[in-house]
Amino acid sequence: MPTMTFREALLDAMHIEMQRDPHVFLMGEEVAEYDGAYKVSKGLYKQFGSMRVVDTPISEAGFAGVGVGAAMAGLRPIIEMMTWNFGIQGFDQIINHAAKMRYMSGGQFDMPLVFRGPNGAAHMLSSQHSQYVEAMLVNIAGLKVVCPSNPADGKGLLASSIRDNNCVIFLESEMMYSHTGDVPKGEYLVPLAKGVIRQQGQDVTLVSWGKALWKVMGYLSDIEKQLGISVEVIDPRTLQPLDIELIANSVRKTHRLVVVEEGWGFASVGSEIAAHITQLCFDDLDAPPFRVSSSFVPMPYAENLEHEVMPQKEDVLGAIKHISYL
Amino acid sequence: MTAKKTTKTKTSAHKPASTQSSSSVGSSTKNSKHSAELWISMLKEMIFYRRFEERVLAAYTQQKFSGFCHLHIGQEGLCVGLQRALDAKDYMISGYRSHTQAIAKGIAPLAVFSELFGKASGCSGGKGGSMHMFSKDKRFYGGHGIVGGQAPIAVGMGWKIRYSKEQHVVVCYLGDAAMNQGQVFEAMNMAAVWQLPVLFVIENNLYGMGTHIGRTTTIGATQQYKRALAFDMDHSQVNGQDVLTVYDHMSKTIKRVRKGVPHLVEALTYRYKGHSVSDPSLYRSKEEVNSYKDDHDPIKTLAKRLQNDGITDEDSIRAWDKEIKAELKSIEAQADKAAPPDKALAYHHVYSQ
Ligand SMILES: Cc1ncc(C[n+]2csc(CCOP(=O)(O)OP(=O)(O)O)c2C)c(N)n1
Ligand SMILES: [Mg+2]
Repeated sequence: MPTMTFREALLDAMHIEMQRDPHVFLMGEEVAEYDGAYKVSKGLYKQFGSMRVVDTPISEAGFAGVGVGAAMAGLRPIIEMMTWNFGIQGFDQIINHAAKMRYMSGGQFDMPLVFRGPNGAAHMLSSQHSQYVEAMLVNIAGLKVVCPSNPADGKGLLASSIRDNNCVIFLESEMMYSHTGDVPKGEYLVPLAKGVIRQQGQDVTLVSWGKALWKVMGYLSDIEKQLGISVEVIDPRTLQPLDIELIANSVRKTHRLVVVEEGWGFASVGSEIAAHITQLCFDDLDAPPFRVSSSFVPMPYAENLEHEVMPQKEDVLGAIKHISYL
Repeated sequence: MTAKKTTKTKTSAHKPASTQSSSSVGSSTKNSKHSAELWISMLKEMIFYRRFEERVLAAYTQQKFSGFCHLHIGQEGLCVGLQRALDAKDYMISGYRSHTQAIAKGIAPLAVFSELFGKASGCSGGKGGSMHMFSKDKRFYGGHGIVGGQAPIAVGMGWKIRYSKEQHVVVCYLGDAAMNQGQVFEAMNMAAVWQLPVLFVIENNLYGMGTHIGRTTTIGATQQYKRALAFDMDHSQVNGQDVLTVYDHMSKTIKRVRKGVPHLVEALTYRYKGHSVSDPSLYRSKEEVNSYKDDHDPIKTLAKRLQNDGITDEDSIRAWDKEIKAELKSIEAQADKAAPPDKALAYHHVYSQ
């Protein structure tokens, strides 16, 4: 298997899908001549030309809607949001239109549409450039929300998202584009709505996704060494619909649940998982489910404050200790 | 409501600077109503901003701070010329390329530098950073990071001015590419319908990130003032590289805005550095950049004119430059030494207490 960066893996998926299906096209700010603000679309414009790789004005509300219309009329748009902070400009089209079209037309319209781009904080970008949109968007019936944590999943999940006939919100991370990993060659699909066990364990089930999951994987040996606890790590990969059975089965074994997310915890994906598990596994639990998330404040700029409000290793270790009554 | 009759003023429609054959020449200092002191202070101020941003760039390169950093180098003429036409109580709001606009509006350079370094003494308490300079006191209503997001906010301030029967104006700086944002159009329409004292200023530096503005609009790369036609709004164009022309034009324009006549002015300008510090600018030629640096630089243009007219000489300019550099060195050192915000401050200012 070749080693690829996250950005190359995403590019590979778009490249293969565009070759496979002439209905697929990519649209967004700086995606064509500039090769993408984060170079995810590098080379696509050169190969596919200006009908299939399209630079837009800075008009997110507008081109989100262009995606909706093109999808209703039969194309399969991939709309890149330079970051999801700007994607918020397009929320009206995403929430009021893309998510609702099939339902309110009595099932007449497919919505084969992907909105993709980096989500979450990077580093010292302050409040307006550090939004986590997963909690906002999993709350919208009609949308699927996908968040890969490694290059191979990035490729396989993006390809599946492009082939899906529903509107998929695809959440990447600016800080992860240069991460590397082994990525299968050629057509490669990872199913949506299916989570995966990243590490088998006995004592605690830890659920996380995206960048937070990648960070958590780096803490595991310390958790094992310092706490002597064996953690089972689950990456749901798709947040809507959520593979809750995979998590529940793990909790039935470990009897403990920690959810680690980088976004804010109020009415979040983490709270949803905790609520489900409390209902499904009430008698199996040895401790209340515990959630680790960012402090409930807009993201500050100063490095020390940003560090303060975002979940750190100590917070994850502390959570595991806490629910293990250590 | 019946709209007041408006006059369309399209003054000093400079050709795009790139098509000018010789260096830009604005009004001569001879037979001008302004004093030599004014010109010299404008020159010094522009040099200060140039050196300020250069220092910021150096600090960024030395990794003294992080995040996005957008420099204003090349665009000083508009900043200084417009500011001189305002009163202290006038409102101003801008985008993320606004370190020097914040200083022009009265925020201490040290407070801006400290903000960049994420210090408690920064003008936003270290919570905003490069893109989010604020001062309620100086009526600088921010540094905003969402392209075009400031436009309706400016209209809200215009509404307050009318509501309270104040005599102030709101200056709303926007990039050329921000003119493609829907909310900018909604904002201009409301300002026009309600006749609010808002001056929309397009800093047309020809690019939105890596995209030439001519690729995302059909009205002509250097005819962005035409956006106002959709609202039958007063509009004009000015050569932003000529600080004296900017000053005179803005002084006249703002008189009308103050009476409740919204106006869209397009200032033709150019940024010398990449969109942000991390942009290598591969989408434009070195020749293009150099043509602006050599022939349309706001500082050079004014310096040359003042020297030609015998108002100052090269030695004096060099001496001022040296003084400014020394001052900025000390400002950066102070910002460097200042304390970061206490951790507890992370939890303040989310809600009013
Ligand atoms: C709504 C939104 N979309 C995209 C971005 C990313 N972005 C930041 S600046 C910029 C270009 C803006 O160009 P312009 O308005 O001409 O201002 P300039 O940078 O030239 O001063 C883009 C695309 C953003 N900040 N906000
Ligand atoms: Mg611009």
